[in-house]
Amino acid sequence: MAAVSTKIADLSVAMVTAPVAISEWLVVLPVALCILLGATLMMIRDRISLHPLVAIPGLAAVVLVDAALLWKVVTEGPVTMVMGRWLPPFGIAFSVDILGAMLALAAAIVALAGSLYALSDINDSARRYGFFPFLLLLLAGVSGAFLTGDIFNLYVWFEVLLISSFGLLVLGSEREQIDGAVKYAFLNLVGTTLFLIAVGYLYAIFGTLNMADIAMKVKEGREGLPLVTLSALFLFAFGMKAAAFPVNFWLPASYHTPRVVVSAVFAGLLTKVGVYALIRVMVMLLPAEREELSLMIVVAAVATMLTGAAGALAQNDVRRLLGYLVISGIGSMLAGVALGGPGGISGAIFYALHSIVLMTALYMAAGLAARISGSYSLESLGGIYRQNAPLAFVTLALFFAVSGLPPFSGFWPKVILVKASLDIGAWWLAGVLLLTGFLTTIAVGRVFLLAYWRPKAGDDGAPAVSIDRTAFLPVLLLTALVSIFGVLPEGLLRLTQEAAAGLENPAAYVHSVFPGGAK
Amino acid sequence: MEAVLAVVVGIFFAAAIYLILSKYIVRILLGVAILGNAVNLLLFTSGRLTREVPPIIAEGIDALPAGAANPLPQALILTAIVISFSFFAFLLVLTYRAYQDLKTDNTDDMRIAEPIKDPLPPLGY
Repeated sequence: MAAVSTKIADLSVAMVTAPVAISEWLVVLPVALCILLGATLMMIRDRISLHPLVAIPGLAAVVLVDAALLWKVVTEGPVTMVMGRWLPPFGIAFSVDILGAMLALAAAIVALAGSLYALSDINDSARRYGFFPFLLLLLAGVSGAFLTGDIFNLYVWFEVLLISSFGLLVLGSEREQIDGAVKYAFLNLVGTTLFLIAVGYLYAIFGTLNMADIAMKVKEGREGLPLVTLSALFLFAFGMKAAAFPVNFWLPASYHTPRVVVSAVFAGLLTKVGVYALIRVMVMLLPAEREELSLMIVVAAVATMLTGAAGALAQNDVRRLLGYLVISGIGSMLAGVALGGPGGISGAIFYALHSIVLMTALYMAAGLAARISGSYSLESLGGIYRQNAPLAFVTLALFFAVSGLPPFSGFWPKVILVKASLDIGAWWLAGVLLLTGFLTTIAVGRVFLLAYWRPKAGDDGAPAVSIDRTAFLPVLLLTALVSIFGVLPEGLLRLTQEAAAGLENPAAYVHSVFPGGAK
Repeated sequence: MEAVLAVVVGIFFAAAIYLILSKYIVRILLGVAILGNAVNLLLFTSGRLTREVPPIIAEGIDALPAGAANPLPQALILTAIVISFSFFAFLLVLTYRAYQDLKTDNTDDMRIAEPIKDPLPPLGY
């Protein structure tokens, strides 16, 4: 045996031979913890009273781990861990940079808020169907997508989060949900299949699936390679996941059907994974092709923003209105991707973080309003301000934030994006961004007017209604985040700029994957 | 061999897209299943098709012999087959359930979540 092994090349270039330091495990811990907790909950599926007792502390731990990971990445630069001891490009790598760590932290916070809100929103039968395990597996998929450094692995995480989201979407099996789920399931499955095609071509072109390796190989030579076609495929697939016009119709067809906490978590997490993947692939891996396709992206962005805002104006159901606002937010992020440069990308990242927290809070607040008023229809909603003033104040803050008005976190990404588009002379894009904000203000202003200020029809002295503290707390928590980052944006602005710079020049990212330099 | 497979993949894609464009959920479901297979074949073909050179690394070398089929796309397909099979199973159940509950498999009639006569928001205060 010994005689044979001496002939074979030095294994240490392909395998980790030293034991992995404990602190390195932080990279994979958010995903591992979620899967572990999800599996545990599956095992105690029948003992539903235990579910929140496991899920809520577990999600709090995931938030802490993500925060520690972000701290590590900010102080030490991108970190990489490889699976099965095979070094990249052979083994699957988890590579975390500031962008991935920030988004994973935001996702974990949203999931924690969702699990608190679920205490009063999810009844026993829905728990028996597995709300909490699905929530944890969904977060596992989302975190995995944000943290992985391998593009086929990204596809696998997409599927993990997709199958968990199916489970959450049909929780309760009402007719509306089945109808919404059919459209959601088919279109999203086709979207991920398109992603798989693009991954196949990518492998055929470069012979590697590791993102850092691809980023290097693209730089080495792109002549004669069908990279623009490949980018267009990626754009189409991720645009479908992100609900960009014209492939966004699955979202308003399904997002208003499940339990409101499920809608809230979906609105926060799912579309942003599509945007993240688009940023990762188009900005970091294929920057020249992004430039080439920027006209197409910007047209999609403008159409997404305007159809989203216009759709919101035409809705009577508050949840459907919010679904259209999710879409119009995606348009703003796409505008950032199309603009490129430090301004555009950092604006898109800031907007994504803001939108994760905000859209979840908005759906939750709408759910609370419906608990008080017994309806989601603008026609019959009314008098919420009189019945519960604190909820009205919180909702008004969220409405300001979604319209992009100061002093909330929606203001800053809008400022960055408008400035970035004016800088390159795209005044029309700045105009559309501002017009979208204006239309959104009208749409949510009308909701506030009708549902909160207007006295409820035929009911003058409606008594004050208190709401469950466990349901109000997460809304308050998320609103506090929206307000804090609206008043004190410097720290987050700096982080998003660093993240954008890290995408534009992925030297540190590549170095974390190939510490010994490229082969 | 690759050229033949490329044509087959093209036919699969054409059939899948034709079926997906249908109004009936069952046909769309079949289209999605064919689409999954089209993608798997595409990945398979991109990894080179040959039986002549076994993908075995000989003693003293540390790379596959030239012309051997790349085993990695085959591993990718295995993953993709498992995933697409489980999704197909889920969609099949969902479709059947939709047929039971909504009494139709025509997407034109599936308007429960998005009613045709959805009222506009109130125009006055």
